[in-house]
Amino acid sequence: MGLMETFFNLDVLHSSALALLEGLKLTITLGLTSLVTSFAAGLILVLGRLYGPMPIRVIAIAFIDIFRAIPLLVLLVLVYYALPFVGINFSPFWAAVTALSLVASAYAAECFRAGIEAVAIGQFEAAKALGFSWTDMMKDVVLPQALRLVIPPSTGIGISLIKDTALASVVAMPDLLKQALQAQAFYANPSPLIGAALLYLIILLPLVRIVSSIEERQKRAAGR
Amino acid sequence: MTHQKATQPFIKITDLQKFYGQFQALHDINLAVEKGQILALIGPSGSGKSTLVRCINLLEQFQAGTIEVDGIEVKEGRNLNKVRAEVGMVFQQFNLFPHMTALKNVAIAPVRVRGISWEEAEKKALALLERVGLSQHAHKRPSQLSGGQQQRVAIARALAMEPEVLLFDEPTSALDPEMVGEVLDVIQKVAETGVTMLIVTHEMSFARRVSNRVIFMEQGRIIEDTPPEEFFGCGPKTDRAQLFIRSVLQGHPDAGLTAPLQVLED
Repeated sequence: MGLMETFFNLDVLHSSALALLEGLKLTITLGLTSLVTSFAAGLILVLGRLYGPMPIRVIAIAFIDIFRAIPLLVLLVLVYYALPFVGINFSPFWAAVTALSLVASAYAAECFRAGIEAVAIGQFEAAKALGFSWTDMMKDVVLPQALRLVIPPSTGIGISLIKDTALASVVAMPDLLKQALQAQAFYANPSPLIGAALLYLIILLPLVRIVSSIEERQKRAAGR
Repeated sequence: MTHQKATQPFIKITDLQKFYGQFQALHDINLAVEKGQILALIGPSGSGKSTLVRCINLLEQFQAGTIEVDGIEVKEGRNLNKVRAEVGMVFQQFNLFPHMTALKNVAIAPVRVRGISWEEAEKKALALLERVGLSQHAHKRPSQLSGGQQQRVAIARALAMEPEVLLFDEPTSALDPEMVGEVLDVIQKVAETGVTMLIVTHEMSFARRVSNRVIFMEQGRIIEDTPPEEFFGCGPKTDRAQLFIRSVLQGHPDAGLTAPLQVLED
């Protein structure tokens, strides 16, 4: 068999296309669900870490440190295979969302912290001097500026998260990678794997490009 | 907020002490400000005048003593935002919100703090921008405005809350010299409306023109508290204030000034 028939076998790709697209749909659903959860959780974490009462701060710091240190694959296996022993059963989908969100929220919290700390102290003072409540100060003044600053790194976190959804195939999730592996076994041909790799690139490459151009634009704006 | 007794000063600072770690920034400050008074706080850099005005709305914490504004004690808690709503502040670095237009900068506090509608707040904001001569710039972002224009927007923003007191923390120190005048003119116009003001400034001729009370500070203490005619006219009573005025006249670097100012012959 030639190189083309081995890796780019159109017949095999054609037959497995439906399965791959099913997998892609699941990968995107899993990625987006985890993304929303982890950014929401990250925001709560960073506010608790920076402005909560002491016990909350300590808990937030511990949470952030632990989930940045633990390997995602280990956490995923723990959630899916160990938690049932204490009666907590997740479906593969929610096990994957939980593990991905725990880790990504810790990274998101650190990323948001950098953004909040980069907002000039005078902005906080101006809002306080006008009589803003803490909530209004954060919502109207601080977070809009902080989050704009961290668009590139948080998009980076989103990209990692979507890439890491591939780990969900370990817990029997029929995501893009799992579908490709199954098709590869079925047709005894690796072309579906190449197809899956291309699909990953198609959704992630533009995001990578966008991050770079936003970074460029922010650098230019800052240098002005 | 009109529950103050006729005899009671509008701002009452009693035995105020402020420390930065071991360093005492304010010593035994006692100051009573009546409604409508305009105080110029002057003195060398690091004398504590900015710190003092920043204590009044609790942007700086203090360790001992009390401050009352309109009979309400200034401290952390539920009443703090009430006090802050009545005490407007204009900062050295303007501190406009960079992600909002000039109009929204001025309109947002009345909406969020006073609970009025956006429509009404923007109408009022436009009138205020008109008053500081910037109505044609209402839809620009702060980054599109000059320093002087930004500071005028900041003054409009403070006025939008219709505060009882206005604190100015070196409002012209961050400006290019050619923009100082336009900002001082606006402050002077505000002063004529009868609002109570505390102005920290290095602009001596302006202090003389606009204030009716001069507070001279040094090393965290109030050294003199005199009418401007006396302070700038026959000269300050204390040696220290005289030394300061003389060094200002000579553009002495110790006074924290970069250029000599005509003071006495103003």
